[in-house]
Amino acid sequence: MIAIYLILSLLITLSVFLVRKRAVTISLVVLFVLLQWTLTVYEYLTLNTVQLLYFTPDAIGIILLTVMSILASTSFLYSFIYLNSRGDSPEIMAIYLSALILLITAISTAYLANHVAIAWILVEITTLSSSVLIYHRRTERSLEGSWKYIFICSVSVSLIFMGILFLGLASQQAKAGELFYSNLIIHAKYLDEFWLKAAFLFIFAGYTAKVGLFPMYTAGIDAKDKAPSPASAIFSSALMNVGFIGIFRMYGIAARTNIHQWASSVLIISSLLSLIIAAAYMLRVRSFKRMFAYSSVEHMGIAVVGLSMGPLGIFGSILHIIFHSFTKAGLFYQYGAVNRVIKSKFISDAGEYFENNTSGALVLLLGFFMVTAIPPSGMFISEYFIFKSLFQNGYLWLIIVFAILITVIIWALGENIFRLLFYHPPAHKDNNEIIEKISVWESVPQFALMAGVIYLGFNPPDSLVQLINQAVKSFG
Amino acid sequence: MINLLLIIFIVSLFVCVTAIRLKTFIKAIAFQGLLLFGIFFLRLNEINTVNLVLLLLETLIFKAILIPYFLHYLIKRNKITRETEPYVSNFASLFIITFVVMTTFFLANTLKGGVFENIYFVIASITIFTGLYLIISRRKIITHVMGFIILENGVVILSLAVGVQMPMLVNLGILLDIFVTVLVLGIFAIKIGDFFKEAEVDHLNRLKD
Repeated sequence: MIAIYLILSLLITLSVFLVRKRAVTISLVVLFVLLQWTLTVYEYLTLNTVQLLYFTPDAIGIILLTVMSILASTSFLYSFIYLNSRGDSPEIMAIYLSALILLITAISTAYLANHVAIAWILVEITTLSSSVLIYHRRTERSLEGSWKYIFICSVSVSLIFMGILFLGLASQQAKAGELFYSNLIIHAKYLDEFWLKAAFLFIFAGYTAKVGLFPMYTAGIDAKDKAPSPASAIFSSALMNVGFIGIFRMYGIAARTNIHQWASSVLIISSLLSLIIAAAYMLRVRSFKRMFAYSSVEHMGIAVVGLSMGPLGIFGSILHIIFHSFTKAGLFYQYGAVNRVIKSKFISDAGEYFENNTSGALVLLLGFFMVTAIPPSGMFISEYFIFKSLFQNGYLWLIIVFAILITVIIWALGENIFRLLFYHPPAHKDNNEIIEKISVWESVPQFALMAGVIYLGFNPPDSLVQLINQAVKSFG
Repeated sequence: MINLLLIIFIVSLFVCVTAIRLKTFIKAIAFQGLLLFGIFFLRLNEINTVNLVLLLLETLIFKAILIPYFLHYLIKRNKITRETEPYVSNFASLFIITFVVMTTFFLANTLKGGVFENIYFVIASITIFTGLYLIISRRKIITHVMGFIILENGVVILSLAVGVQMPMLVNLGILLDIFVTVLVLGIFAIKIGDFFKEAEVDHLNRLKD
């Protein structure tokens, strides 16, 4: 099925790129979404079987693939709204849509890859296709954003490759054979400590460019700032999850060896620094997109610290990235509408959104409660699990520092979002300016995503709980 | 013989770090391509012939001829001035890189097997560090790209450490090399040259908080 998926989606990418007829493009995109869902259902039914030599759908892969499929459907919807509102030429539209399809294909297969090197190649393809999306507006700023993204991601991809080479050295000495994750987990005890430490450090540092954590978080911030909002929604949810799954798998190997403690402290240091950076920059951001991007840095920091805290923490962190993906995607979709109403990306120009687009303002208000983990948000539950696991492991000081930083972040988010919703500028520049009316129907999918976060937090279906438990068990 | 080539490779890094003119820098990169050709030939002569020929062609044609030629072309096309324009003085750079070489050798001595067992690891770390240093200590975008090419050379040398038993990893390294270099050099160096006539980093610092 993966072979069929890969071939068909590459064909669809090519034909979207070449045909450039509106009706054909729309039907091809619908076809791709159907294909994506077929893959998801098929992989769920054939859980834990080896496919096409290098792919194994395991529990965490399936969970994230489902999230990807949901967001892919909504992202295409908002992409069409976005492209129509801008009136781009068919050529630019074709490039945008084919890059988005390629990105979704690479992300989906990267979740399922069971071979270290194959996952690495797919991550490289995500860099290529996302840089095309960042350059969509063809301005100096977007060129700068995509240049920085390409450069930093290329360095990070080289770092991951060096990590893979160290892993190769270690597995050679342990006679573990090919670099399959499953293989390495079985032979984890025999891997040389020094090379494994080097491999972990390099692979972790490399994947932080994708997941948006401390050493290389900058790439993702500029990317989400400059990309069109439906693409930013994918960047700050599914693409970050690619980095998360890379770290998850690598940490799964390290957790079975003597370097477990050391690897945990690497994760804790990185997430603590990420939270500090997120809090510091949140106070001085000038545009909404960068604010949401820094908020993603914060949430990924919380998720990664949960990863290093034993079964309860891992359970919490998987839940957390699911909820974060839905919430952040919803906020970025809504930002597309905000941008059309206030026609500026700067926070200083914002205001009166409640009067101009009531349904959208309600989404933002709900999104604010979701993203700051205030009940009934599902993130409240996942953060509760993570902090409880921190407490169980005796990291009380870390909880206190996190609580202070999160308070700062909530304050910054609240200040900016409430300004957008309720602030009345003292003097109107000119009243003749026509404000675009946003249809209520545009907000419905965003409400659905937020409702999903609430519902899954209170009452997660049994199949989801089973999958998460299975993923937690794979840590041994 | 391989060790000799590797030592000459380090000397070429010193040339890159102290180069005042971009042309010297490019010549050093081309020379590194030739050295890599020799190192690959001597190290990998046990793997199967087709694979070896492919790898050798890549180092010779791509690294020693195409990349330097393309860099020349970019400099001419975008009318980039000839100086490398470092932020730090050449003496300081030389001092830093010498320090890095020495510490890496000392550190490698503490490893199991000493310097010569881990020679690829040692040379690769020095090269990668030099590449990163060149990226942060130079002003022009084109020198960033050249620093990145040197970093890639380091990655390729590192892949030789496991290359004899796992040729697949060397192939992947080369794949990364070609793919990324073409992407970075080809698409964006040209685009940036069109947008910003002087192609300096100063123009690329407006995205910030």
